Amino acid sequence: MSERVLIEGSEAMARAAVAAGCRFFTGYPMTPFTELLEHMAALLPEVNGVCMNAESELEAVGMAWGAATTGHLAATGSTGQGLSLMQESLSEITNARLPLVVFNMARGQGDYFQATRGGGHGDYRHIVLAPMDVPEAVELTQKAFAMAGQWRTPVMVLGDYYLGHTYQAVSVPPIHATAPELPDWALNGSTGGSGAAKIMSPLGGGIEGEEGFDLGAHYAACAEHIEAMATGVEPLIDAGFCDDAELVVAAYGSVGKFVRYACLRLRDAGHRVGYIRPITLWPFPSEAVHKAASGSAKVAAYEQNMGQMVDDVRLATMGSVPVEFIGGPSWDHSGFGIGPDINVPDISERILEALT
Amino acid sequence: MSDDRLFLSTDQPPTEPAALVDDFTPGLITQANHHLCPGCGEPIAIRAAMEAIEELELAQSTITVFGIGCYTAFAHNLDVEVVQALHGRAPSVATGIKRMLPEGFVLTVQGDGDMVNEGLQEVLHAAARGENITCLLLNNGVFGETGGQMTTTTTLGQRTKTSIEGRDPHQHGHPILLSDLAATMDGSAYVARCAVNNAGNVARTKRYITRAYESQMAGAGFSLVEILTMCPTGWFVDTLDGPEYLQDTLAPVHNIGELKTP
Ligand SMILES: Cc1ncc(C[n+]2csc(CCOP(=O)(O)OP(=O)(O)O)c2C)c(N)n1
Ligand code: SF4
Ligand SMILES: [Mg+2]
Repeated sequence: MSERVLIEGSEAMARAAVAAGCRFFTGYPMTPFTELLEHMAALLPEVNGVCMNAESELEAVGMAWGAATTGHLAATGSTGQGLSLMQESLSEITNARLPLVVFNMARGQGDYFQATRGGGHGDYRHIVLAPMDVPEAVELTQKAFAMAGQWRTPVMVLGDYYLGHTYQAVSVPPIHATAPELPDWALNGSTGGSGAAKIMSPLGGGIEGEEGFDLGAHYAACAEHIEAMATGVEPLIDAGFCDDAELVVAAYGSVGKFVRYACLRLRDAGHRVGYIRPITLWPFPSEAVHKAASGSAKVAAYEQNMGQMVDDVRLATMGSVPVEFIGGPSWDHSGFGIGPDINVPDISERILEALT
Repeated sequence: MSDDRLFLSTDQPPTEPAALVDDFTPGLITQANHHLCPGCGEPIAIRAAMEAIEELELAQSTITVFGIGCYTAFAHNLDVEVVQALHGRAPSVATGIKRMLPEGFVLTVQGDGDMVNEGLQEVLHAAARGENITCLLLNNGVFGETGGQMTTTTTLGQRTKTSIEGRDPHQHGHPILLSDLAATMDGSAYVARCAVNNAGNVARTKRYITRAYESQMAGAGFSLVEILTMCPTGWFVDTLDGPEYLQDTLAPVHNIGELKTP
């Protein structure tokens, strides 16, 4: 039975993670990711899980990689710079076909490219989910673990300071749910001496010099898997009032919730505006964006950065409508927190300007 | 060294096809035909590591985490479970495995470039944490795989492709003696250094590795065995001169012996 409580975003996400079966967590403190690490440190021992205060993000992602090879659901996370440090491993973990959940508690919205382009070396992508508020974060956190297991891939949950520090009344699932059974690919040492011991490598498997040991073939299989995710992962989007909209406004994450509210109020005032809020940032819900924009005269993208998601909106609409960028970077004095432009009057003004 | 030690000279083609007289490949090495250079010390070290696993009956609980260097070729030649990690990152990966599988036997195989250059913080943190894993350092004093450049363990005066006139402390700094450093950490339980340049040292290597494994099995904490290995290719010396070069160049600085026992 889920219990409805008033709870801070990072604690709600931590509880949702443990409820989803997460049994290993590790991270290195960095605002606004820190609280998630603290809550996991408090919660995991209750279910005989392990939480490690890693000595660096490099080691955090390495530890999570190791834990994931044992088949237990593992997660890590960080913020901007910390995520940059983890990219080398995230790329290889994807090619090693390991499930992992990565909490990206970003500072502002400058890390969209880092999150969605596969920020590391190599030709890879991973699933990215962007909740707009605490209840959605609880839902998507659980979904992230399920998808990671289903697709054997890293899944990133992209939040921010606002999400991590907002208290909301939500139903959080009980954490004592039993962890999922270990998958049959998991390592535990037992296949040693069998003549066919398991190997888990970003470079593929097989015995050197024998058939099946072929790096090119492994990379081809990885590419196929990415393609399968691109077409097989259900694209999630929240959209409203697009049918008769003159202008459709695109935004994601916490900022998307403010844009949605601004559009709602502008509708009340008689303006024909609609909104789209992509929830899966990879795969990007291109078809749904294209469809939502098809009746409108223009699409406006609002993001608190120099224009990143707007590229995906342009690719999705493929020149069928003009796409204007109406966002821009917005930082508070600390650079960590909530940009002053995350306010409805300011956003509404930009939307009205784009409408004329 | 004269060539007649290397080749039997004859004008005649062989009268019989080559025949396998006996196969001394340890049971846990599935493919003995590796790609490493003739005279390389790394296969000898890995052989000792696998024989010790077999003798201690650890084959069915072992997970071996490989770093990136010439030895990486062996990740695909073994009959123990393997996780391939990135250059320098094996100790953290091994940590994640060991924490989720405390009953498992967890080993890393890394080189000096991997462990002492790229991944120094990883191995020292694992040692300080007293992580109950065993790390094997195959130290040849060069980046073998990339062609024989200077690493942090290269000794003073040693010539490499990036210390052409010999390692000069004013320009290249001083070598890091990893085992000596690890032995000072409260979390380390067993630390030893050995070599594979002669039969006596190979036997000693196997002995030290066995003790390190036993220390992990007893839950004593972090264990490290540093093994000095020949790299004739990266050193630019004749294959047969490798053992002697090791003795004259690496061994006087990276002293052989047990540095810490539980
Ligand atoms: C991050 C990163 N930097 C550099 C390399 C290139 N690289 C591959 S193997 C290697 C040298 C390995 O040296 P060592 O660990 O001493 O092993 P050896 O080849 O001497 O056995 C290097 C530098 C890499 N793979 N990854
Ligand atoms: S380059 Fe050196 S370390 Fe690499 S296989 Fe050849 S001898 Fe061994
Ligand atoms: Mg080396």
